[in-house]
Amino acid sequence: MLRRALLLAAIAQVAAGEEAEVRIDNFTFAPDTLTVPAGTRVVWTNRDDIPHSVVDAERPPRFKSPVLDTDEAFARSFDTPGRYTYFCGLHPHMTGMVIVT
Amino acid sequence: MDTDQHGRRKILECMLWAGSGVVWTVAGGIPRSSLIGAAQAAEAGFSFAQISDSHIGFSRDPNTDTPGTLQSGLGLVKAMPAKPAFMLHTGDVSHLSKPAEFDTAEKILAGSGIDAHYVPGEHDVLAEDGTKPFIERFQRGHKQGADGGAFYSFDQGGVHFVGLNNVVDLKSGGLGNLGAAQLDWLKRDLADRTASTPIVVFSHIPLWLVYPAWGWGTEDGAQVLDMLKRFGSVTVLNGHIHQVMQKVEGNLAFHSGRSTAFPQPAPGAAPSPGPMKVDASRLKSMLGVASVSLVQGQSALAVIDTPLGA
Repeated sequence: MLRRALLLAAIAQVAAGEEAEVRIDNFTFAPDTLTVPAGTRVVWTNRDDIPHSVVDAERPPRFKSPVLDTDEAFARSFDTPGRYTYFCGLHPHMTGMVIVT
Repeated sequence: MDTDQHGRRKILECMLWAGSGVVWTVAGGIPRSSLIGAAQAAEAGFSFAQISDSHIGFSRDPNTDTPGTLQSGLGLVKAMPAKPAFMLHTGDVSHLSKPAEFDTAEKILAGSGIDAHYVPGEHDVLAEDGTKPFIERFQRGHKQGADGGAFYSFDQGGVHFVGLNNVVDLKSGGLGNLGAAQLDWLKRDLADRTASTPIVVFSHIPLWLVYPAWGWGTEDGAQVLDMLKRFGSVTVLNGHIHQVMQKVEGNLAFHSGRSTAFPQPAPGAAPSPGPMKVDASRLKSMLGVASVSLVQGQSALAVIDTPLGA
């Protein structure tokens, strides 16, 4: 638990050009809000035993992952500052946000 | 625990899940349901079975043999004293919409020799071309309500059946979704039916709000329920939540059928709606489930959780 908390704290402070991770588990995105500098590559990894996906909430979506089975990952680089709300295409009550500064 | 005993328990578990299909008998225009596997006298009347959430392709704890459990479920449907005229499959035939998963499911389901009518679950429309592969395989015999819509209706045994699709074009933060085009079609589809026609509506995600925090409901489902209020007998079936749940509201009877693949927790009973890693002792308690009956227009807003055992 402490390790996980430290990991999340570390993620919240990634430097430009680095990578940040969002873990999908228990039908949630963690962290549900991720703040990163422009140029960060965000990697979503599905650690749940049910498939999920990552879909931009805007229509049409600016990014959309294929379905991610257990342990599969999807990555996208965020170069433009802004707030990116996204959700799971299978379970749309699952939402998250990437804030690019 | 020795290996043999473990193996036997595993088989028992599988049989339990497989035994969770529901058979419906329409007598006097009022559908009644009973769990497959319950001792059941053959009744005069028109009956059909509901089967759901086969999840062919899922192969993890607690079930690494979803084809086997689907097969077992079909065996029980075939063994019913009152032979079902057909089955309604309420979606999630496959786990990841892969052609090989659809192949396996189609082969097993067709192999049962029982006619089946399908609606897609969210796991069935994951291909690049969305609903197309599912429609081509599982809805071939039906005239689509809209091109690629994966919804349709048909009449049999004096009952009007409506298969709806509430698993595409889902909105961020939302629930299941039917959309304006499907609702318009449904309005037209129901317009010419007399109020005395028994109606059965089936979809994957519940049309009623079971538990919004887990997405168990349909955003625009209330509009469907409004359209159905003028009918004397309406039965609304769904899958998705992998457990039996029932409620009666006026002339509308709602029923959630169980999965042949894995159980999911009761609303709020776990951190997430993921598969329950059920142990044998817990599963044994499911043997207590015998039958469920719909009581039309009696209970006020009663959600009846079918007990999973003594």
